[in-house]
Amino acid sequence: MLRYLVRRILLLMVTLLITSAFIFALTQVIPGDVPRLILGRDAPPQAVEDLRERLGLNQPVPQQYINWLMGFVTGDWGTSFTGGSAPIRPLVMERLGNSMRLALLTLIISVPISIALGVIAGLFENTWIDSLISILTLSVVGLPEFVTGLILINVFALGFGWLPASATAPSTASVGDWLRQLILPALSASFVLMAYVVRMTRAGIIDELKKPYVRTAILKGVPQRQVITRHVLRNALLPTITVIAVSFGWLIGGLVVIENVFSFPGLGRLMTNAVERKDIPLMQAVVMVTIFFFAIANLAADLLYALLNPRIRLE
Amino acid sequence: MTPIIQAEHLYLDYKLNDQWVNALHDVSLIINPLEIHGLVGESGSGKSTLALALMNYLAPNARISKGSVLFDGTDLGTQSPRDMRGIWGRLISLVPQDSLAALNPSQRVGDQIAEVTHLHEGLSVKAARVQAIEMLRRVKIANPEGTAKRYPHELSGGMQQRVTIAMALSTRPRLLILDEPTTALDVTTQAVIIDLFRELIHDNQAAALYVSHNLGLVAQLCDRVTVLYGGEVMASAPVADIFQRPIHPYTISLLASLPRLTEGTETRLPTIEGTAPSLTGRPRGCVFASRCPVALPLCHEQKPPLEQIEGERWVKCHRWREMDSGELMIDTAPKADVSAAPPHASYVLTAEDMRKAFGKPSLLDRLTMRQPKVVRAVDGVSLRLLERSTLGLVGESGSGKTTLARLIVGLETADSGTMELLHVHLPNKLDQRTPELLRGLQMIFQNPNDTLNPYQTVGAQIARTLKRLGDRSLSREQIKARVVELLQAVRLPADYANRYSSELSGGEKQRVAIARAFSTHPALVLADEPTSSLDVSVQSVILNLLKDLRTQQGASYLLISHDLNVVSYLADWIAVMYLGEVVEEGPPAVVYTAPSHPYTEALVSAIPTPDPTAQDKRIRLEGDLPVELPTGCRFHTRCPRKIGAICETDVPPYREAGAGHMIRCHIPVDELARLQQSLPETT
Ligand code: SF4
Ligand code: SF4
Repeated sequence: MLRYLVRRILLLMVTLLITSAFIFALTQVIPGDVPRLILGRDAPPQAVEDLRERLGLNQPVPQQYINWLMGFVTGDWGTSFTGGSAPIRPLVMERLGNSMRLALLTLIISVPISIALGVIAGLFENTWIDSLISILTLSVVGLPEFVTGLILINVFALGFGWLPASATAPSTASVGDWLRQLILPALSASFVLMAYVVRMTRAGIIDELKKPYVRTAILKGVPQRQVITRHVLRNALLPTITVIAVSFGWLIGGLVVIENVFSFPGLGRLMTNAVERKDIPLMQAVVMVTIFFFAIANLAADLLYALLNPRIRLE
Repeated sequence: MTPIIQAEHLYLDYKLNDQWVNALHDVSLIINPLEIHGLVGESGSGKSTLALALMNYLAPNARISKGSVLFDGTDLGTQSPRDMRGIWGRLISLVPQDSLAALNPSQRVGDQIAEVTHLHEGLSVKAARVQAIEMLRRVKIANPEGTAKRYPHELSGGMQQRVTIAMALSTRPRLLILDEPTTALDVTTQAVIIDLFRELIHDNQAAALYVSHNLGLVAQLCDRVTVLYGGEVMASAPVADIFQRPIHPYTISLLASLPRLTEGTETRLPTIEGTAPSLTGRPRGCVFASRCPVALPLCHEQKPPLEQIEGERWVKCHRWREMDSGELMIDTAPKADVSAAPPHASYVLTAEDMRKAFGKPSLLDRLTMRQPKVVRAVDGVSLRLLERSTLGLVGESGSGKTTLARLIVGLETADSGTMELLHVHLPNKLDQRTPELLRGLQMIFQNPNDTLNPYQTVGAQIARTLKRLGDRSLSREQIKARVVELLQAVRLPADYANRYSSELSGGEKQRVAIARAFSTHPALVLADEPTSSLDVSVQSVILNLLKDLRTQQGASYLLISHDLNVVSYLADWIAVMYLGEVVEEGPPAVVYTAPSHPYTEALVSAIPTPDPTAQDKRIRLEGDLPVELPTGCRFHTRCPRKIGAICETDVPPYREAGAGHMIRCHIPVDELARLQQSLPETT
C-alpha cells in the first residue's frame, strides 16, 4: 500500500513536470513582446530593455524555464503584469479558496440526490419511474450550463429576488452571505454533474442486478431490500464514486462558464481574466494549480476505487 | 415416506420475442431422503432450468404453465415470496455453477457464509462468523480463520467452490441443489469435493439433486439418475440400471460416445448424428426421433408416454420392451479406425529446453526497487513430436501446459530454448517467423466464441485466414472453392459459408474453427482443450473429426487437455506436466499404468468412470498447487508416495522405465511398479 502510494506520487510529480514544461512552452509562443505588453506601446526603448533584463527574458529559454519552475516550487510565483504588479500567489490562493467552497457545496447538493435517483431508476428499469427520472435529468441537465445559469438568475435572483445574481461578496463576508451567493452557481454546476452521476449509477445498478451473485443472495433467502443494500449497492456504486472524485478536479478549475455567468471570483474566472490581459505569469500559475488539482483528483479516485474494491491490490 | 421433492407433470415456458416457448415438457421427478439424484442432459436440455424450477425460482420471463412441485409435501407454487425466503437458504440450498461469479466480489467470504445462519438461525453476527469458520473447516479448508477474511478472487477455484458448498450446507438444508458444481475444477480437486458431498449429505440427513453433464461423476456419486433431453425426461432409474442396463436409445448412445482410457487409438467413437431440437419447434412425436438410430414411423407421430417399469425405473420410449428384452440392439461397439495411418519416423517438431517465466521487473519496478513475483511457468521442457502423430499434454491448471503451447505458436515469446518445425529453425519471436512457418503452425482454442467474429460470415473468416497466411495469388474462385472444400472436410454443408457464426451451435462453431486452422495445410495443429466446452455427444463427433483430419491432411497435433480420456483417445505419446516441468512421458497405455510417476498415478485414479460398480480406489491429492516453487522434487508438497527428506532436498532423476518411457522420481522404477501393483490406500 505504502509502496503503491509512493509510486503513484512519483508518477504524479513526473506528470506535473512534463505538463509544466508544456505550459511554459505554450506561453512562449504567444505573440507579442512581453515587456512592451506590460509597459504599453509608447514606452521608451530603454525602459523596455530594463524590464526585459529584470524579468530575465534575456536568458536562454531553458534557463528561463528552470528559473520559473524553481520559483514556482519555492513559492515565489512572481508578480502579475497587470493590476500594479501584485504578487500572484496570494491572488491565486484566494481564488482557489473560493473555488473549493463552490466545489464542496456542489458535491453536497448533487451527490446524494443523483445517487438516490440513479439507484431508483436502476431498480425500476424500464418502468414509468425510470422514464420519469431519465426525462427529468436529461431535460434539466442536458442544457448547457450558461442556459441553466441564466434561468436560475432570472427566476431566483431577478424574479423572486431571493438570492444575489452575482457572487461578489468579499471573503470577509459572513457565512450566511457566502452561502447565499454560492447557491445559484453551485446549483448550476450540480445540474451538469447530476447528468453523469444519475446515468452512471443507473447503469451500475442494472449491470450488477444481472450478476449471478445477486441470484445467490436471493436464493440464500436474503430479503429483497437487504439484497440491494448489502450486496448490490457497494459494487454498483464503485464506478460512480470514481467519477465523483475525478469531477472534483473539474469543479476546481473547469467552471469557467459558470463562474463568468455569475461573476464568481473563482479560479476559472481568474483564468479568463489572465488570458484577456495576456498576463502570462498569472496564466501559468492558474493552469499549474488547476492541473495539480486534476491530477490529485485522479489519484484520489484511483485510491478510493482500490480501497473500496478488494479485487484491486495496491502493489 | 414423503419424498423431499415430488415434481408432477411440470411444464415451463419462456417468453422469447413476445412468444411463449416451451422449455420443460411434462417433467416428473421424485427425490427421496438421503438420495443423491443425478440430473444429466446436454446443453439446451433444460437441466438447469429444471433445477431452479424445483426451487420455485423462475427467471422473470418464465412461467410454470402446468404441474406442481411438492417440497416435503408442500406445494411450492402456493408459497408467498416471503414464505419462499424462509425456505431458500434454510431448507433448500443451491451450490451454483460458477462459484466466482456466484460470490459477492466485495464481501469477505466468511461474512457471506455467516449471512445465512444469521438470517435463518438467528445467530448474532459474531456467532454466525464463528460458525462460518467451523463450516470452512468442515469443507477441509486448511486455514479457515484466514480464509474467512479473504475475498472470493483471492481464493483458488477449488477454494471458491468449497466456500459456496460451505455456504449451502451451513443451515443443514433438507435439499441441496448442485448445479454442475465441479465443472471448473481439476480432476484431483473434483475427487476431494465429491467425497465431501457424500459425507455431508449423509451427516445432515439431506437429499441432493446433482446436475451434471459429466456421466462419470454422476455414476460415482448418485443413487438415482434422471436423463433429460429436449426438456423431457427420457429415463429415470437407479444408477446401476442407467449405466449397466440402459434401455433408452438416447442413454445408450450417450454412454457409447464417451472415450475411455482403455480404448486404444485405433478405434472410432460411436456418435449421435444430428443436433438437439430447438425450443421453438418441439416435435409432435418423440423428441429424440430425429437422431434415434432405431426410430420407427410411429415415433415421429406420437409421443411415447413416460412409463414406470419394475417400480423404480421409468422410461419414455415406444420400443423399451424390445430394448429391455434384448430383441433390439443398438450397435455401440467402437469401430476400428480403418483410415488410421502410423506416424512417420521423422520429427515435425522438436523443442529443446524451453523456458518462460512471468513477472520480470519493469522499468517502473526498477525505479521503485520493487521485487515482482516470478512464476516459472515453463521450466526446461523438451519435446519431440513425430510427423502424423499426436502428443498429449496433461496436467492440472497451473502446470504450464497452455503456456508451453503458446510458446510454440508464438503467442508468447520463450525466454530461452530452441525449436524446429519440420527441421527448420523456428524462432521464438513471432515476428521473426517466415510465412511458411506461420502457415505450418495453427491453433484450435477451447472456446470457439473467443476466436470467431460473430459479425462475419463463416466463409469470410476462413477466406481471411487463407489470404492472410496462404497463397496471395489465389483468385476469388479458388478461395471460394477451398472454403467449400474445408467445410466439407469438417462435415459442414457448403452453404454454411454464408452463415454468421452467431447462428451456429457450439459444435458447429468448433468445426468452423477447425476448418480455419486447416486452411493453410499446417504441419502441426495445437489444440487447447478443443472439446471441453462441448457436450458429450458433440465431443465424440469432434474427436473423430480430428482423427480423420490427421490422416487426410497429414497433420500432427499437440493436444492439451485435462480430460485424460480424451487425450488417450487421440494421442500416441503423452507428456505429464507439473509446475512447469515434464514429470513423465511415454505412450498412453504405458503412462496410464504402473509403473508411473506418483502424480500421474493420482491423476489417473481421480478420473471418474461411468461405471457405478467400479471400486473406489482413488487417490486424493490434498491441497492446491503451491505458490512458491518447492525445493527438491516439485511434487513433494502433495506427493502421497513421498519417501523422505531426499524428496525435499534433491532434484529427482529423470529415469528411463521402458522404451522412451521416462519418469522423474526418486523412487526406482521397479519399486514404483511394486508399490502401484498393490491397491493404494484411500484417504
Ligand atoms: S420413441 Fe422411438 S425415436 Fe424415441 S427414443 Fe424410442 S425408439 Fe427412438
Ligand atoms: S521424488 Fe519423492 S516427492 Fe517426488 S514424486 Fe517421487 S516420491 Fe514423490
